[in-house]
Amino acid sequence: MLKIEFETPPLGELLTTPALQRDAMAHSRPFVAKPEHQQGLGFPGKLVDDWQDVALAKMDELLGKYRSLPVFLDACVKCGACTDKCHYYLGTGDPKNMPVARQDLLRKVYRRYFTLAGKWFPRLVGAVELSEDLINDWYSYYHQCSECRRCSVYCPFGIDTAEITMAGREILASIGMGQKYSNEIIGKVHIIGNNLGLPEPALANTLEGLEEEVEEDISVPVKFPLDQHGAEVLLVTPSADFFAEPHVDGLIGYAKVFHQAGISWTLSSYASEAANFGIFIGNYENMQKVAQRIRQAAIDLGVKRIVVGECGHAWRVAYSFWNTLIGPFDFLDPAYPVPQHICEFTYDLLQRGALKLDAKANDDKVVTFHDSCNVSRGSRLGSVPGGQFTIPRELIRFACSHFVDMAPDTIHEHTFCCGGGGGLLTDDLIELRVKGALPRAQALQQVIEQHGVTHMAAICAICKSQFSKVLPYYGMEMDMIISVHQLIGDALVFDSEH
Amino acid sequence: MVLGSVFAVLFYLAAIILVIGVASRGARYAQTPAPLVIPTTPAPLTRTGVAARMAREVVFFESLFKGSKWTWLFGWLFHFGMVVALARHLRYFTEPVWWWVAMIQWIGIYAGMAMFVGLTGLWARRLLVDRVRYISALSDHLMLLLLLAIAGSGLVMKYVQHTDIVSLKAFTVGLVTLDWQPLPADGPLLIHLSLVIVLMLIFPFSKLLHAPGVFFSPTRNMRDIPREHRHIAPWARDLPGAGPDRS
Ligand code: HEM
Ligand code: SF4
Ligand code: SF4
Repeated sequence: MLKIEFETPPLGELLTTPALQRDAMAHSRPFVAKPEHQQGLGFPGKLVDDWQDVALAKMDELLGKYRSLPVFLDACVKCGACTDKCHYYLGTGDPKNMPVARQDLLRKVYRRYFTLAGKWFPRLVGAVELSEDLINDWYSYYHQCSECRRCSVYCPFGIDTAEITMAGREILASIGMGQKYSNEIIGKVHIIGNNLGLPEPALANTLEGLEEEVEEDISVPVKFPLDQHGAEVLLVTPSADFFAEPHVDGLIGYAKVFHQAGISWTLSSYASEAANFGIFIGNYENMQKVAQRIRQAAIDLGVKRIVVGECGHAWRVAYSFWNTLIGPFDFLDPAYPVPQHICEFTYDLLQRGALKLDAKANDDKVVTFHDSCNVSRGSRLGSVPGGQFTIPRELIRFACSHFVDMAPDTIHEHTFCCGGGGGLLTDDLIELRVKGALPRAQALQQVIEQHGVTHMAAICAICKSQFSKVLPYYGMEMDMIISVHQLIGDALVFDSEH
Repeated sequence: MVLGSVFAVLFYLAAIILVIGVASRGARYAQTPAPLVIPTTPAPLTRTGVAARMAREVVFFESLFKGSKWTWLFGWLFHFGMVVALARHLRYFTEPVWWWVAMIQWIGIYAGMAMFVGLTGLWARRLLVDRVRYISALSDHLMLLLLLAIAGSGLVMKYVQHTDIVSLKAFTVGLVTLDWQPLPADGPLLIHLSLVIVLMLIFPFSKLLHAPGVFFSPTRNMRDIPREHRHIAPWARDLPGAGPDRS
């Protein structure tokens, strides 16, 4: 086991801006990908000899492919509005975790090689050559950004540091410095179909076990179908839902909803993963290849609809990018949105009176809701802007009587990342993850003290894993964090008429 | 007359560089696709909605208001002071002076002050707030100095050392009508004009590109309708992973 020594920051006042602590997190860097993790994704196995040239050529290529890059790199006026908005800065005080400073790591190279001002007057505009030290800074600090887009909300030009981080990571991977955690996982999806590398027999086994468990628990024969041809709905969900706590209770919740609604559904062993780490490493081709399996599974199984389980970045990719990457979906039933989120699906059933919930089942809980960054700022739920905030809250209110929100500047579009998003949910980054969770922990502590909150619900697999790991560092219970569909599943009233 | 000719040539040169520089940068932005749908949500669903969002950003600095009230206040004073001051300057280029330009002359002077106060506040923030100081390059300070000097030399002409407005106007109208006239050789005026020329020259090569840039920002100008409308960049259409006959 890896041992990392660090101090958990004191909770303190909500959102106090720390003073600069230079290089406080310079030591934080994830394991570098091994050759086999790199090559399966089309990247060189190890650092290439002419890495400077390759990096600059890659940068040039990306500048021509993504408009966000030249616009964002040119437009920043260094106004500073974003400097106190990143949870990693708030949790560490390291100035390079200020979004604009994170961008500057790339911008100063861009200026040096791609702008007149930087070529002629490098000192004046802070342009520098691409040195080994700088590449190391890139590796360190582009893996201290969870691509949560919080900074982009406050920037007068909408500069989204996530776009810069993705470009930085793509350049790093293309010179042979990919990140082990993300690349190893993407490789597993390409070969086996899910992040865990869980093969079909193991998955079938797990699902059978769940069927037995649920039947024993509530005496209702709730099914967890796998590879069922001709089912109406293909459900793709993060593979953590199959076994991790508290995720699995969310999966049980979805299954109960399908059962009670009488809608046939299936999981796919070929596409047994909603997560798409291709977005994290900023690589279009890998993201497309991961998504492609889902299209294929939907066609092979002959389903009419695709529903996506609770997962933040997966939903961003599905909602915002699928149609681009693997559309059009003309083989599915046009009566339903493609894809549909499980919360939209359940909400729709509730609106139509097709489900009955009894909130008494959750009377022992006082619940708050953690808006996941990718759902809040990178996608939508429902048909009106902001549905991503109202729909999960309404679902929770259907399922339990005691709901309170956290402080206004920590929810909705202002929400804080859990600290483990964007491909950082790995033990080699545990210090970063704990420190990055500080703002959320502060806001949660406040509602615990003021309203006796007992549980925080979320609709993201990464949030759930991250919080169950890091909340204990702040003296909170790991099982405070639960799935929205656990609340639904527990409150669902079964009738035997179906 | 020599002075007048030198400044006339410099003005034309600066204007050409400004226009061509900004246009070519804008063309580069326009030609580069945004391959994925990335508006910062909640985002509008319609083009009208996007236009309204953009208008709120450009006129009210909506996002900055959410981000930092002080920067917003100083930034807004500076920019809108500048807009009004610039509009007021139209009286030097029009004959007869347009009615609305004549009408705003009286606020012009407050606009100059607003600019000055705004810029001073922005600079104070840049110097005093450790985070903002950290992210500032020399050019960020010099840019503020340049604008302060432009606003300052303008105010000096208004309050301290008046310039011969009649011959200045002959010069500026001459610039527009290609009929070059002499320029009054006043210190503050020459400083004011030289600095404006410098500003025009550096505009296309500096962070002043934020002015055209904001309109091209994909997080602000895209619609949130990825499920309804298939968005695809030309380069992505040709990828092997794009699959057969899917347009
Ligand atoms: C579409 C037009 C424009 C928009 C929407 C816009 C918006 C903004 C915003 C929101 C900021 C950040 C806040 C601040 O520091 O003031 C800013 C900064 C700045 N703008 Fe503009 N601007 C525009 C045009 C211009 C023009 C034409 C100039 C100069 C000739 C200019 C000069 C500056 C400077 C120098 C700064 C940095 C101030 C500092 O150092 O703090 N802007 N702009
Ligand atoms: S995207 Fe999120 S993690 Fe990255 S710099 Fe911005 S606020 Fe920080
Ligand atoms: S808010 Fe935007 S313009 Fe201001 S410093 Fe941050 S990235 Fe630059």
